[in-house]
Amino acid sequence: MNAAVVVFPGSNCDRDVIHALEKVSLIPTRAVWHKESSLPENTDLVVLPGGFSYGDYLRCGAMAARSPIIDAVRGHAERGGLVLGICNGFQVLTETGLLPGALLANSSLEFICRRCLLRVERNDTPFTNCFKKGEIVQFPIAHHEGLYFLPEKELSELEANGQVVFRYAALDGSAGADQSPNGALNGIAGIVNRHGNVLGLMPHPERASESLLGGADGLGMWTSIKSWLEGRLG
Amino acid sequence: MDYRKAGLRDVEIEIIRRELGREPNEAELRIFGVMWSEHCSYKSSRPLLSLFPKNGPAVLKGVGENAGVVDAGRGWGLAFKVESHNHPSAVEPYQGAATGVGGIIRDILAMGARPMASLDGLFFGKADSPKTRFLSDGIVKGVGGYGNCVGVPTVGGKTLYDERYEGNPLLNAFCMGLVASDSIVSSQTAEPGNLVVLLGSKTGRDGIGGAAFASAELGEDTKASRPQVQIGDPFVEKLLIEACLEALEKDLVASMQDMGAAGITSSASEIAAKSGVGMILDLDKVPLRETDMEAWEIALSESQERMLLIVRPEKLKSVLALGEKWDLDCAVIGETVEGDRFILEKGGRIRVDLPASLIGGGCPEIAWPAAKPKDLVNRQTFEFDEAELPKDLVLPLLKLLSSPSLREKSWITQQYDSMVQVNTVQGPGAPVSLVRIKENGNIAAMTMEALPWACYLDPYRGGYETMARSLRPLWITGARHLGMTNCLNFPSPENPEQYWEFQESVKGLAACCTDLLCPVVSGNVSLYNESAGLSILPTPLVCSVGLLDAGRKPLLPGNWKEGDHLFVAGIDNASIPGSHFQVNFLGRLNGRPLPPAPEMERDFMVRALLTSERNLADSANPLLGGGLGIALCKESILSGLGAEVLLDTPTHSVAAFFAEGGARALYAVPATKIPEFLQIWRGFPLRPIGVVGGSELRLPGSEPVPVQMISKAWKGA
Repeated sequence: MNAAVVVFPGSNCDRDVIHALEKVSLIPTRAVWHKESSLPENTDLVVLPGGFSYGDYLRCGAMAARSPIIDAVRGHAERGGLVLGICNGFQVLTETGLLPGALLANSSLEFICRRCLLRVERNDTPFTNCFKKGEIVQFPIAHHEGLYFLPEKELSELEANGQVVFRYAALDGSAGADQSPNGALNGIAGIVNRHGNVLGLMPHPERASESLLGGADGLGMWTSIKSWLEGRLG
Repeated sequence: MDYRKAGLRDVEIEIIRRELGREPNEAELRIFGVMWSEHCSYKSSRPLLSLFPKNGPAVLKGVGENAGVVDAGRGWGLAFKVESHNHPSAVEPYQGAATGVGGIIRDILAMGARPMASLDGLFFGKADSPKTRFLSDGIVKGVGGYGNCVGVPTVGGKTLYDERYEGNPLLNAFCMGLVASDSIVSSQTAEPGNLVVLLGSKTGRDGIGGAAFASAELGEDTKASRPQVQIGDPFVEKLLIEACLEALEKDLVASMQDMGAAGITSSASEIAAKSGVGMILDLDKVPLRETDMEAWEIALSESQERMLLIVRPEKLKSVLALGEKWDLDCAVIGETVEGDRFILEKGGRIRVDLPASLIGGGCPEIAWPAAKPKDLVNRQTFEFDEAELPKDLVLPLLKLLSSPSLREKSWITQQYDSMVQVNTVQGPGAPVSLVRIKENGNIAAMTMEALPWACYLDPYRGGYETMARSLRPLWITGARHLGMTNCLNFPSPENPEQYWEFQESVKGLAACCTDLLCPVVSGNVSLYNESAGLSILPTPLVCSVGLLDAGRKPLLPGNWKEGDHLFVAGIDNASIPGSHFQVNFLGRLNGRPLPPAPEMERDFMVRALLTSERNLADSANPLLGGGLGIALCKESILSGLGAEVLLDTPTHSVAAFFAEGGARALYAVPATKIPEFLQIWRGFPLRPIGVVGGSELRLPGSEPVPVQMISKAWKGA
């Protein structure tokens, strides 16, 4: 199984994800420069990492969504390949249309970096099958534009389709808008597309992958991906 | 042009005339004006800086490069430095702070190191004044805006409020980076026949004369100085970091310099002088973002996010390709030649022709007269007035906990990405910041410390205590110290009393470094910090760096366990003068802080290191601002547990709980480990003071106070 991490100008979590995949989770991983037009052969998982692609100067993720590599990422997703967008990567995925909605400025209008509790809403996706449904996990957030937004009707559809995978939560298990650190509607922290092969989330699993750094709940995501790919690849 | 208008003194122009054998032209005068300013030449501080010990077994590169480098083990080095950006932050807080962060990051990059952690030192005026709110909000957002985007975590810092920073806040930015010991970049390795390449942003008129601006008092109308403040672009900085590191990895550059104060002139002449080569630069080749720029404007522009690379001709093609890959301007602007001449051409004519060594090294030192402040005796007189001392400790505790300088700072730290690069073992809010080094498994420990109140009362003792206090948290956590960097923030040295404070503070710092074998590997001096007749407090700021070996568990605060026994190591009666209690509760500032006690510090170091190494405590807190009382509260809040404290000392309880200074720590020790703990501390002042448990903090002679209530006071909830 092989992972590819796309590096945009201004990405700054690319090395972190590569570390979590390769050094911590032993998944062979290559960095792919955004000016490439194709992914490395036999890529099973594409990660769009966090950071400030193009400085976030236009609209977060808008420029990166028009990078040469994006066509290949889209093709990969359409063939059922796994695509994971973290933080800025989530913003890029909404800008490409691979995921619905938009990430707006936090309701505090300030950058927020802190550890967050999340409730795992689905454990039947390639990214979350090693978690328990309803499990409370801790991933950190670090963003200025993390308020997940979708018009009411589409939001209901998203919920009805069960596309919400992670929701901001409290220790007692409650989850929703009240637990949003950033004002995200319905406390939405991460969603998948209809097919379940494209996941975008604002919190950073790669920052929760070693107990030395204060938490290892993120490992669940890497082991989920591994076991799903192993199952599929035989 | 009159040399005085360029900021030069009579003695300085005489040296220039003598060395050149002619009158300098206008462009040359302007270059000397900037390069011989206090900010670039350290002319007022050089005699004092020579007091610092600079060598030690861990030093790989010492003072004289962009940053010092110490040995981090197994072929890796840590490059670090702290620098001020005070004047720009006072004028244009967001950009001033942002470019301060950007500038120090490039200093670290210039050593060939990947920047891996930042700290920020913030000194603001009255917390409730509209001006402070405006400045602090902008400065914090500037630090965050730049650091977050460029992907260097801000893992700690120091914040202090005092009305004497009202018109002249301080922003000190520290950065540390990791470099392979055999790949440290030097500015001494250029050879004749190399190409001079400018990589990064285009050059504009921003920040011209910034160094000179930093070398004078702030005017009352700070808005007029806005053009001297640079504008930062962290996105380009991120590209520049990656491009430069890729160039180094591919061995494409012979030498490299960041461009900070005095722009091209400073970086290019420094490489020329240090490498012993001459340099001919064609300013027409510099990519510009404005038209009709004068030669001196291009030469002195402080446009941000630029690096100067020295490249062998055969490597040029690869360097240009890198520029293209990272979408950065990349231009050959000149070449190195034999000799010592630093020549700038424009329009086919020579505009500047100076000896390179004269530009950076020719400025004479100034020995400003020093005089003890006339009010020193008054300052240093302090007597306890029993009448004004509280009987119950709860009231002063809650008051101190909620004071601007001691209260929780999450409004600041949450605006900083403290975790990017996935190395942060201990982020902001603790006495020590820790980052793991992936490459060798060791953990780097950092502290930032400044004690302006103590330095005001007794600059020598204050300086000594500042340095010692920056080291103690390293030892307590289990880290051996490797070296320190400092930023000396003072008002004008031309006032003899202020110069005396400067001189005595530096002597105190230096004495402590010598006593405790801590080399000074880099630093920065910021003078003339005054505005509208108000001088800042003497503020020498120190950042110390240490190392924990791979596999070692750091001993941190905030981990009390039910039933732990509490011990205070160190003397009972530290110093009320200069303490938070004195300033914030008694509302005055006088007396003298503790005298240095080098023997005790060394003794404490050995025992603290052993305590951590043998894992004998669940939690440990160096007694910092607010003394034992505040340390107990914070341990209690972070652990969510109370304690029964029984302190039976001959000292007044106020002194026991609120005095500051000295080699001291609060340990929480599990019952099973007490015998070994006592053995390690035998022969050192040690006092059992109680047991952890319950949900209230019970102090002797005081009403029990629920942990929830002290937590609320601290968080301002």
